[in-house]
Amino acid sequence: MALPPLDSPQWQTSFRAFLWGARSIGATVLTLVLFATYLGIGALAHDSGFSLGWTLASTAFVWAGPAQIIVITTLGSGATVLQAAIAVTVSAIRLFPMVVSVLPLMRTEDTKRRHLILVAHLTAVTLWVECYRFLPQVPRNRRIVFIHGLGLGLVSVCLIANTIGYALAANLTPLFAAGMLMLTPLAFLFSTARNCRELADVIALVLGLLLFPLAALLNSGVDILVSGVVAGTIAYGVHRARAGVVRARA
Amino acid sequence: MTGFIGDWHALAILFVAGVIPNQIWRMLGLWFGGGIDENSELLVWVRAVATAILAGIIAQIVVQPPGALASVPDWLRYGAVAAGFIVFMLARKSIFAGVIAGEIVMLGGKYWLG
Repeated sequence: MALPPLDSPQWQTSFRAFLWGARSIGATVLTLVLFATYLGIGALAHDSGFSLGWTLASTAFVWAGPAQIIVITTLGSGATVLQAAIAVTVSAIRLFPMVVSVLPLMRTEDTKRRHLILVAHLTAVTLWVECYRFLPQVPRNRRIVFIHGLGLGLVSVCLIANTIGYALAANLTPLFAAGMLMLTPLAFLFSTARNCRELADVIALVLGLLLFPLAALLNSGVDILVSGVVAGTIAYGVHRARAGVVRARA
Repeated sequence: MTGFIGDWHALAILFVAGVIPNQIWRMLGLWFGGGIDENSELLVWVRAVATAILAGIIAQIVVQPPGALASVPDWLRYGAVAAGFIVFMLARKSIFAGVIAGEIVMLGGKYWLG
């Protein structure tokens, strides 16, 4: 599916622009990845004892797969609310740079902060990636409404996937239920690996995977936090050291 | 938990442990976004920690599997992730190809084991 050219009359109304945004969910393979991920989250929520309404509310109001999985797995395994909240707070830090970098793409001189609230809410890895791809093809004054369409379209797909995953987990054979739960780590691993832009990101990913089993031995309740901060800081240290070497050579 | 909503207490916990800690960062980004350089050193560190946390979550599900996934032997889960990763790289970083390959290895292995 191709978007209409920038000067097309298709962009003259907000409503049309919204629909083009919503239709664009069909133009990206990431929709399929999201569908698989949220199928898995639905199954995970079911197996961890949460209701379907709770699962859908988490998708609509949290709208960040990793945070949802942290809440489900930590609370499901008996951690306290505080421990879960801390882990989510740290995992969600990455949303800050995403929001910061995405908003200038759609700001105009008349844009008020409140016009961007829904865009900020909808911002997550997938939308962040797609903004860079789609927005250059959208007239600047229609970008916010286009993103509303795209983002709400993606949320809808994920709500449907949650419902299907939840229902299937209740009725599938253990073999296929296991297959659905496995969708989450696979989809996250590969989408994270694809998003690695710098060496620091690659090291953070690899060390983060390797250090978690070690941190889990501490059984602190915030194991993910411990391994994440340690692995991330080492990765940043390597990034700094390399930057120093490059500067020394130059 | 019964019914569609189930336990209201669980919903309250979702807001305290999930929604608020998550939305804080988005709203901070909206509020202070103008003044921060996307390539600043602080954000490089933040991104690295966030990536490592995500990696930890992935490892947790594979190492300490929930529900039905626990019925699959350890080595088969690790093997499925490794096979998926190899295909992901060979298929020029296709997420979809990697996921399908990992699933085929795990489901095939489990089926074969009986």
